[in-house]
Amino acid sequence: MADAGMLRFHVPEPEVRPGGTPDFSNVQIPKAGSVPRPDIDVDPRTIRDHAFSIIRVLNRNGEAVGPWAGLLSSDELLAGLRHMMTLRTFDARMQMAQRQGKTSFYMQHLGEEAVACAFRKALEPGDMNFPTYRQAGLLIADGYPMVTMMNQIYSNEADPLKGRQLPVMYSSKEHGFFSISGNLATQYIQAVGWAMASAISNDSKIAAAWIGDGSTAESDFHSALVFASTYKAPVVLNVVNNQWAISTFQGIARGGSGTFAARGLGFGIPSLRVDGNDYLAVHAVAKWAAERARNNLGPTLVEYVTYRAGAHSSSDDPSAYRPKTESDAWPLGDPIVRLKNHLIQLGVWSDERHAQAEAEILDTVIAAQKEAESHGTLHAGGKPSTRDMFEGLYAEMPPHLRRQRQQAGV
Amino acid sequence: MPRRTMIEAIRDAMDVSMGRDSKVVVFGEDVGFFGGVFRCTQGLQAKYGKSRCFDAPINESGIVGSAIGMAAYGLKPCVEIQFADYMFPAYDQLTQEAARLRYRSNGDFTCPIVVRMPTGGGIFGGQTHSQSPEALFTHVSGLKTVVPSNPHDAKGLLIAAIEDPDPVIFLEPKRLYNGPFDGHHDRPVTPWSKHELGEVADGHYTVPLGKAAIRRAGSALTVLAYGTMVYVAQAAVEETGIDAEIIDLRTLLPLDLDTIVASVRKTGRCVIVHEATLTSGFGAELSALVQENCFYHLEAPVARVAGWDTPYPHAQEWDYFPGPARVGRALIETMEA
Repeated sequence: MADAGMLRFHVPEPEVRPGGTPDFSNVQIPKAGSVPRPDIDVDPRTIRDHAFSIIRVLNRNGEAVGPWAGLLSSDELLAGLRHMMTLRTFDARMQMAQRQGKTSFYMQHLGEEAVACAFRKALEPGDMNFPTYRQAGLLIADGYPMVTMMNQIYSNEADPLKGRQLPVMYSSKEHGFFSISGNLATQYIQAVGWAMASAISNDSKIAAAWIGDGSTAESDFHSALVFASTYKAPVVLNVVNNQWAISTFQGIARGGSGTFAARGLGFGIPSLRVDGNDYLAVHAVAKWAAERARNNLGPTLVEYVTYRAGAHSSSDDPSAYRPKTESDAWPLGDPIVRLKNHLIQLGVWSDERHAQAEAEILDTVIAAQKEAESHGTLHAGGKPSTRDMFEGLYAEMPPHLRRQRQQAGV
Repeated sequence: MPRRTMIEAIRDAMDVSMGRDSKVVVFGEDVGFFGGVFRCTQGLQAKYGKSRCFDAPINESGIVGSAIGMAAYGLKPCVEIQFADYMFPAYDQLTQEAARLRYRSNGDFTCPIVVRMPTGGGIFGGQTHSQSPEALFTHVSGLKTVVPSNPHDAKGLLIAAIEDPDPVIFLEPKRLYNGPFDGHHDRPVTPWSKHELGEVADGHYTVPLGKAAIRRAGSALTVLAYGTMVYVAQAAVEETGIDAEIIDLRTLLPLDLDTIVASVRKTGRCVIVHEATLTSGFGAELSALVQENCFYHLEAPVARVAGWDTPYPHAQEWDYFPGPARVGRALIETMEA
């Protein structure tokens, strides 16, 4: 046998580091409209290519083209644009509020607004999302009050979670938004369980699981795919590939696998990749996956190809690990600009109306912020009571907690 | 009244609960068609169908994680981890998710699940079929932890756990599945059919969580025990002739502190017995509570008899398992102290 020599340890590296010129030449972008739209009852084995391509609707001229186009009216698209703009403005104001010391922490969605905002519109009332910390677009697009979101971020006296949770870890059963946990990937298998429960109960509701590219490496990602596959659970398994897990580029989680969508193929789950910065494509694919689930055809895995344009969180400085201008070079562009151009191309929008809408939205967000701040911020004004710290752990407070509450003098 | 083994009592508790409430679902590894490796779910799938009782992939985190999602939907999952030794892949879901869901969502979502796990040693189970991980659950705020010691309690506590609105860890001492065991491994084991606590009523009843039971009234010393150690303590008391009061805690959290404190204030002495390893075991919490609440009544240091601080060995089973001889020595030393 020939001498194989010494083994060498492999650690993937991103193409470029700070100081380098951003390079996305390795990201293959198919033409808009070029990926076929299969029937929802398709045999997963026949659409394996969908896990390696990218479904896109909006072309460079802002036109909606191909088999995934034509699902949304211009009014629905205008509403979608407003949701994304609202989320971006909300993010900017809350990021600033964090810098001003009004809260301890914030996480933006910059560049990823289309994913959750468009997805929400593919669901029906009663469906349940199991989001990560970067899907507030689900709440915005469903009309959840911004003031309540801010109250949670400020941990003030009106915080629906009584100051117990870190900022952005919202919860709203009413709006189909499961309580966010700091522990990554745990909600992915919970979503599958929720979907199994709906099927067990012969209900018509479906679940949506959410995870980032980095967290697909967690074992609960695998658990979710196994259970979803075994029980054909009515769930849409969303992977938001924004290229970065804090400082770690997506190749660390993905390894030698071509795409995250390809992970689903080994489980026999139909898996698609979609342009995450294309509102129309995200919505069309989400709708396809939701219909599959609702028709008892089982789970679908969807990888949204996007880019985390902002810092990971208010505690992060991306210039330490990636070029400052990398987001400008991202080939799928900005989701708001692309939808805006499409609406202008349709003749239902203009630069002037866009500027006007930006000003209106900023006024609305500032008004909400004023109202929220009237209930207090983290270090000033009204706050949840110390008593709230002991409440609500169990349905009924056990004796040892009653004793501790007394010791705390509340 | 009919007599049942602990296995039959546990199965009956799930049968009764599934019959009363269509939201109760039972699943886990080998739990469905086969009826469980310990037969605890035998016949449930045939009776209630595959939507209510089914086999799960070998994935503890998946079993508990999916149960949490089901509970958030509105079902009441009663799931099984085949051995408590194998709960560790699910520990994240149990401690960070199930335990916290009500609190972190301010009641928006709740988690009424029961996680059954065969626990404890004395069966030549070696390192991964003998562990007693209860302290890893009692340390977690938001969970309840239950350890029955007999068929009557097992059924009543399990029905109470299934009906409880919060997540319950239900640890079943597998050494007690077929009969009580006092640690005398050289003697034949008597089946539950010969024991009064093997009397298990038909139909629905509950044993409330958070309430201890006094197994033997006494005045000289208080023994705090649960699971298999209740019978080991009884044997040690008979063999030493010490008039000890034996308290079977039944629920470790929430703990019935009132019963414990009343007993130790009466006897002035306390011996704590558990199979789990000593250091940072649940006995440390019990000892601290007794010391805090009974300091002026104590006539001797609180003693602990526990498993040694080693992994559970195979060949040395009876050198490891805290048997009646070791417990008896602690009783005598505490009386002489």
